[in-house]
Order: sequence, then structure tokens, then C-alpha cells
Amino acid sequence: MSGPAVLGERTPRDPLLEVKDLQVAYGAITALRGISLSLGQGEVVALIGANGAGKTSTLRAISGMLRPKAGKITLRGQDITGKKAHTLLPLGMAHAPEGRGIFLNLSVEENLQLGAYLRKDTDGIQSDLEQSFGFFPVLKDRLQQLAGTLSGGEQQMLAISRALMSRPSLLLLDEPSLGLAPQIIEKIFGILRDINQKGVSILLVEQNAHLALNLAHYGYVLETGEIAMTGPGKTLLASEEVKKAYLGE
Amino acid sequence: MSKDALKGPLPVILALPVLALLQVTLQDHDFLIYLTSLVGVNVILAVSLNIVNGMTGQFSIGHAGFMAVGAYSGGKLSLEMKDYALSFLPHVVSDQISFMLAILVGGAAAALCGFIVGLPSLRLKGDYLAIVTLGFGEIIRVIVQNTEAFGRALGLSGIPQSSSLAMILFWVFLTLLVAKRIADSSHGRSLWAIREDEIAAEAMGVNTTGYKVRAFVISAFFAGVAGVLFAHFVPIINPGSFTFVKSMEVVVMIVAGGLGSTTGSVVAAVFLTLLPEGLRSAFSRLDDPSLAQKVDQIRMPIYGLLLVAIMLLRPQGIFGTHEIWDRWKKKPKGAT
Ligand SMILES: Nc1ncnc2c1ncn2[C@@H]1O[C@H](COP(=O)(O)OP(=O)(O)OP(=O)(O)O)[C@@H](O)[C@H]1O
Ligand SMILES: [Mg+2]
Repeated sequence: MSGPAVLGERTPRDPLLEVKDLQVAYGAITALRGISLSLGQGEVVALIGANGAGKTSTLRAISGMLRPKAGKITLRGQDITGKKAHTLLPLGMAHAPEGRGIFLNLSVEENLQLGAYLRKDTDGIQSDLEQSFGFFPVLKDRLQQLAGTLSGGEQQMLAISRALMSRPSLLLLDEPSLGLAPQIIEKIFGILRDINQKGVSILLVEQNAHLALNLAHYGYVLETGEIAMTGPGKTLLASEEVKKAYLGE
Repeated sequence: MSKDALKGPLPVILALPVLALLQVTLQDHDFLIYLTSLVGVNVILAVSLNIVNGMTGQFSIGHAGFMAVGAYSGGKLSLEMKDYALSFLPHVVSDQISFMLAILVGGAAAALCGFIVGLPSLRLKGDYLAIVTLGFGEIIRVIVQNTEAFGRALGLSGIPQSSSLAMILFWVFLTLLVAKRIADSSHGRSLWAIREDEIAAEAMGVNTTGYKVRAFVISAFFAGVAGVLFAHFVPIINPGSFTFVKSMEVVVMIVAGGLGSTTGSVVAAVFLTLLPEGLRSAFSRLDDPSLAQKVDQIRMPIYGLLLVAIMLLRPQGIFGTHEIWDRWKKKPKGAT
């Protein structure tokens, strides 16, 4: 194994999340063959790659929804490898799963309330609700509507808002652009930038390499379970390989 | 009544004189007592299974197994303790104390089985649980059938007939209270999230395995209690009382009533117990026992037809996920 092509070194000054030699297997199928990545406090880091490359598996292992086969995951220096999701949420990590994973039979309001499931501070919850309505005013008009009857874009907005309801310092987003119209995607990415500027670090998994790398401070390219290339978002965007493989240029 | 009044021991204290009154009124009507006892046991079974299948969205089809564990462990204990009385107490009181002990032991034994079965299998998602619980129910039956101490196929007879109507209805009441409190608590909201979408619930920080196991253990406990109560008013318990058919009977009740609705479980359990029992005893009084036997034979086909009809006409069950006490709340939640 030759290791990833590194286009521009960096060491995050203030590492929030560090993943070392992470391996994930589903029975006989190996999804991740030992990947390492890091994310600094306040950063947006993008993880791009083709279908089946292992992006979702990476997020699920980090957020404790599956148990990695090997490797080490640390959050603020604390070892969280193999910990369950419900113990990681209080540490400030929220995961908006692939395909949005909202409660379709519950109202928008109930979905948001469940996002604050582990919180007890009513006032804080209320102010975070207001903050979400600031990002996505449409949700305020739809509070009593069943989440399953929202449009795809609105459902994605709900999924992001719901993840924010746990007041995370690190937000894991799995393909927020999935199945959405280009204008809606741009709108959502604009708001992701706002969210990041309010101090939330974001680990973003995307198929839409262009938008993701534009937003990200740093990016990783995943190919069949291995990191093929890393570098600052804009540098990756300009590289010939990425252009050819992921941007269709 | 304010919401807080429903917490604490108040409802239990209020219920006791009502139960005592019932007991005294029905004292001389053996058949009515028998029927009401049977209804009570089935209500406990249905309401407790609904905690797992309805509120949590898991699919357990081995409830009769937990009932059997309760019936046999509690029944055996009572048989052994039959000759010991607390001599300083009046006979009735001493009898009810050992009965209560048997109930708690039977419930605890069933709860322990629920834990042992649930801990590994509730990590699995979906239909695997149904298979595990089905297997569990059968294993229990086969074990009992081959154990000398449990009377093999003949079963246990001579268990003291300690079940009083008041005791049964007291446990019905307790089951209902626990079910309602679970539903109204944060525990209930977690179960609800698991039922709606397990992955999403996990992402929200719900300890899905933990809550599922807890629901399963509580449910098994009450099934065990129902078993002990049952064992103390029927003349004999044998493996035939706790077959897969019994499990399915309870499943039919909660599906017909509306998965997730305690009200629905109660109504369906009452109705589906009274229907065949009523018919059977009506026929057996007509001096034509063959008709009475037929009731038993056509019972399962009728259940099957009933299920098909409900699935076609009202797939969410009679009550859906609603409760009668929803009417007193401000506004039904997010429902259409
Ligand atoms: N539960 C599972 N059981 C077996 N194999 C799985 C499971 N989940 C994922 N895989 C396999 O692991 C590999 C990586 O899957 P993963 O979902 O992580 O990919 P991805 O990069 O998120 O893809 P996509 O862009 O299509 O969402 C794939 O080959 C997939 O088939
Ligand atoms: Mg994926």
C-alpha cells in the first residue's frame, strides 16, 4: 500500500476528531481498510468518493452506530472507539444519517423535540428551535405537519435542524444533497456555512464533490475503503485526478 | 383529577375498595367469577404484550412461554407451601400472603427469562425476534412436558385455588397503570421513537437495546403474573394451556385492538375472551356438550378470519394508536 497522495500538508491546530487506521467489515465484506483522518475545531472537512467507497460506514463507525473492526477514534483526545451512539451524543457529536432518517409519522415539531432527546434545559432548547427557524424559516410554518409529507428539501432541512437540536460541537452529515434540486442544494450549503460560522465543526460526506470541496477547509477522497488523496478543499478541487473522477471535467 | 394525582400510590388505594366490593357482590356466582378471572388474565397478557409489540414495535410471538414460566414456577411454589400456614394469622390472610409470594416469584422468573431471551435477541432488528420468541415458547413447553416435577404432559393439579377476583383485578389494574405510565413517560417516548424508526432513534441518542430489553422484561413479568393467577383458579395446568395457539390468541387481541393502544388491547381482550367462553358455556348448558367442543374447534379459524377482516377494513386496528384518555388531553398529537 502506497498511502494517500497528499496535496498540501496540514496539522489541525486544535484537533477535535481524530481517526486512526479505522477498519470496518460487514461479515466477509471489508468496507474500510484502515483509514485515517482528522478534523480541527471549527473546520468543515469533506469526505468524497464514489458509491460504495465507504463514506457512510466511516460516519457510522465514528458516531457509534456500528462497531469498528480495528482502529482508534478520539474526540477532543478522548478515546471513543466502539462507544454507542447514545453515549456520544452528550459529548457533542450529532449524526444526520444517510437518507435523512427523520420520523415520517411524527410532526415536524415532534421530530425537533426528539433531536433534543437527551437535553433537559427547556430554555436552551427553545432558543435552539428559534435558531433553526432562523436558518430554515419554512420549518416554522410546517411545525404541525407530518414530516413524511414535507418535500425532500424540507425533509433535509428538518434532518439538519434536528441534528442541531442536540447542540453539537461536531455535526456529521451524510449526503445532504441527496435527491435535491440544484437551487435547494446551494441554499442548504449556504446555510451549512452559516452553521459552521456559528462554531459548529462539520464532517461532510458528499457525492457532490464540487459543492463539498468548495465549502470544506480540508478534504479526503475515499476509494474502495482507502483514502486515495487528501488536501485543502480548493486544492483538491483544482487537481486533475479529482476533476476527472468526480467532477466529470 | 390533576395529572400529578395519577402518579404515586393514590390510584391503587382508590381501587382497593372497589375491588373488595366486586368480590363480595359476585361471591356466589361461580361461573361469573371464572369468566371474569379469565378476562382479567387475558387483559394482563394483552396489555403487557402490547408494551413490546405495540409501543416498541418489536414482534414477540412467545407470550404463552412467559405465562407458562409464571404458571409453573408460581404453581409449584404454592403446591410446596400448601401445608405451611402462618399460624398466627387467620387462614385466608395467610393463604393470600403465600399467594402474593407465588405471584411475585412467578413474575420474577418470567422476567428473568425475558432478560435472558431479550438481551441477545433484541440486538437483532426486525423479524429475528419473532423467530427467537417462537422458539422460546416451544422450548418452555417441551421442557415442562418432559420434567417429572412439573407433572409432564399431565400437568400440575391440586394447586390451591387462591386466585380471588379482587387479586386478579388488582393485577389487571396494576398492569394498566404501569402501561399507561410507561406510555406517558420519557421511557414511552423512547419506545415510540424506536417503533417509528430505529436508526433515527439511535441517532437521537436513544439507547435502543437498553429500552427494548427493559420493555421486554416488564412485559414478561406481567405475563408471568398472569400465568400464576391463571394457575390458581383453573383446576389443572398442563403444557396444552401454553401452546403457540395461546401466544397467537394474545397477538390477535393486540392487533385487533390496535398495536400501541392499551385501550384497544383491553377491549379486544375482553371481547375475544367473552365470545368463545360465553358461547361455550351457553352451549354446555344446553345439554349438548358436542356443540361446546365445536366452539374450541372453530375458534382459531374465526380468529384468522377476524384478523383478515381487520387488516382489510382497518389495518391500524380498532383503536389505532389512540387511547380513551387522549380525549381528555388538550389535543391529539400530530395525528391526522
Ligand atoms: N449493512 C451492510 N452489510 C453488508 N455490507 C454493507 C453494509 N453496509 C454497507 N455495506 C457495504 O460496504 C461498502 C461501503 O458502503 P457504504 O455505505 O459505506 O458506502 P458509501 O460510500 O456511503 O456509498 P454511497 O455513496 O452509495 O452511499 C459497500 O460495498 C456496501 O455494499
Ligand atoms: Mg452512503
